[in-house]
Amino acid sequence: MSPVVKRYGALVLGGLLLYGFAELLPNVLGPYPLRVFINMCIAATLALSLNLVLGHTGQFSLGHAGFMAIGAYVSAFITVSFPTWTSAVVINEAFTDTFVFALATFAGALTAALGGLIVGMPTLRLRGDYLAIATLGFGEIVRVVLLNINAVGGARGYAGIPHRADVFWVLAALALCAWVIQALMDSAHGRAFLAVREDEVAASAVGIDVTKYKVRAFVLSSFFAGVAGAMFAHHETYLNPASFQFQKSIEIVVMVVVGGLGNSFGVFVSALLLAYLPEKLRDLQEITGIDLRMVIYSLLLVVMMLVKPQGLFAKWRVPLWKYRP
Amino acid sequence: MSELIQHLLNGVALGAVYALIALGYTMVFGVLKLINFAHGDVFMVGAYFGYYMGNALGLNEHPSVGGAVLTTTVAMLGAAALGTTIERLAYRPLRKAPRINALITAIGVSMLLQYTGQIVFGADPKFYPQMLPSVDIALPLELVLSSVQLIVLVAAVALMVGLDFMVRRTKYGLALRALSQDFEAAALMGIPVNRTIAITFAVSAALAAAAGVLVGVSYPKIDPLMGNLNGMKAFVAAVLGGIGHIRGAAIGGLFLGLCEEMMTGYGSSTYRDAIAFVVLIIVLLVRPAGLFGKYEVEKV
Repeated sequence: MSPVVKRYGALVLGGLLLYGFAELLPNVLGPYPLRVFINMCIAATLALSLNLVLGHTGQFSLGHAGFMAIGAYVSAFITVSFPTWTSAVVINEAFTDTFVFALATFAGALTAALGGLIVGMPTLRLRGDYLAIATLGFGEIVRVVLLNINAVGGARGYAGIPHRADVFWVLAALALCAWVIQALMDSAHGRAFLAVREDEVAASAVGIDVTKYKVRAFVLSSFFAGVAGAMFAHHETYLNPASFQFQKSIEIVVMVVVGGLGNSFGVFVSALLLAYLPEKLRDLQEITGIDLRMVIYSLLLVVMMLVKPQGLFAKWRVPLWKYRP
Repeated sequence: MSELIQHLLNGVALGAVYALIALGYTMVFGVLKLINFAHGDVFMVGAYFGYYMGNALGLNEHPSVGGAVLTTTVAMLGAAALGTTIERLAYRPLRKAPRINALITAIGVSMLLQYTGQIVFGADPKFYPQMLPSVDIALPLELVLSSVQLIVLVAAVALMVGLDFMVRRTKYGLALRALSQDFEAAALMGIPVNRTIAITFAVSAALAAAAGVLVGVSYPKIDPLMGNLNGMKAFVAAVLGGIGHIRGAAIGGLFLGLCEEMMTGYGSSTYRDAIAFVVLIIVLLVRPAGLFGKYEVEKV
């Protein structure tokens, strides 16, 4: 078979498999396990996208929840207000809904990427330490601004978002994110990211525009955070600025650190595990009566860095996706 | 006119506190090139040390300057112990590791202090014991300066002058300056690296604790998350002054305090907290090395 047929054939086959799986899963799992599953997929998308910046490019971003929030709110605003924008008779409702949702997701992700560009441009020129502070501030600013916008509910939260993100969409978003990042890391761009992480001076000495590559990684990472946000919004059908606090960003950082910086597979596994863990910890919390989750997370960060900085899954360093150009 | 001077006075009193915290960021950064994220939370813990000490002495019922001095000293000593412990357990093993690892650890320590603080101290805000006698001092031009503000200001300035003396005139200060100029060369010259860094953490933590007590006294509520915003603002002050530059941090802190007070006075108080980030972004865009720092290109 010609390579083209092979590649697109694989894509079509993958899509069909995904569709079949997504159709089947709700019948196998009950509604609650299904929710947990979708949350795990969203968490994996977030962790993989942060890994691009934190793991592959070595820049410390603390505002991932902020970008997620932008994607969530922008996409939700579009899907909610779309019916009021057009008076045309919608011929096929299901198709229009899907189309609008896809478009809204894209718009939300683009807005998040724009936010990444605005934050990244001034701060990424400097050493990575500044990015941590700037993104920390940015995440808070996003949250405060959202609290004050009445059109999206402000502090009351944004209710009445249509439920669009079913298993298919969430898995598709995850697959897209994993595929794009893996393909990127196997390309010259990816090598440049790694070079920037390893040694900025040496990287610029071999002709890599360090700032440019940092910004690229950061913008793409924000884009996928926006996608994950859109999925989150159309899965929960209710948004509240409180869901995008600093703690959320830290949660994602912990997933990346536990999985191993720059180890896509490890990050994927640890994101799934850490998104599932709170379900198990719930019983413990009922006994102790206090939310120990953040204490555990912060301890995990310190202990991981001291004892196993390469992550828990350093031995399973396999590519998520084999990309053959 | 008198209103403006009143705002200036308030701004300086606020800025002095930011300056005290900023000094800790800048000292640690000067030596280790590490943003000690946990610094803001050491400030919080210091405030709580003062809270418990002040209550134990019953200062709320019988305010006295002597008791306040004792409380502050205890808080400073406690925080100094905490600061050196953090350095010993979390940062020293990572001194040779990639920078991002130390940064992640610093965030981890910061959150650990915050959330353990919420469990140990309780998550709800606590009223600080009013340990200083509160009298309004009338100045000419209808200005009012409360005795608390005055004492806060005097204490902050005294601590800063003391630190400046320490850095410029003592053997420890010489070692500190040598380390921040060239870590390896200083070590080769026989400067006790570990001890100097430990002292740096102790001193910066002690200053933060003093700032914590001063904040507690002047804004009578404290809570376990107070280190977050105050710490971030103080960091901005340190960047503004040129991070690693000690006098710059003090001036940066005063400037930021004035900016915030002016925003509250003449702008909108809801955006008071946003000022720091605007300042940060402007500094990063216009003069990344800060007002007094030199921008050095990293060499191999």
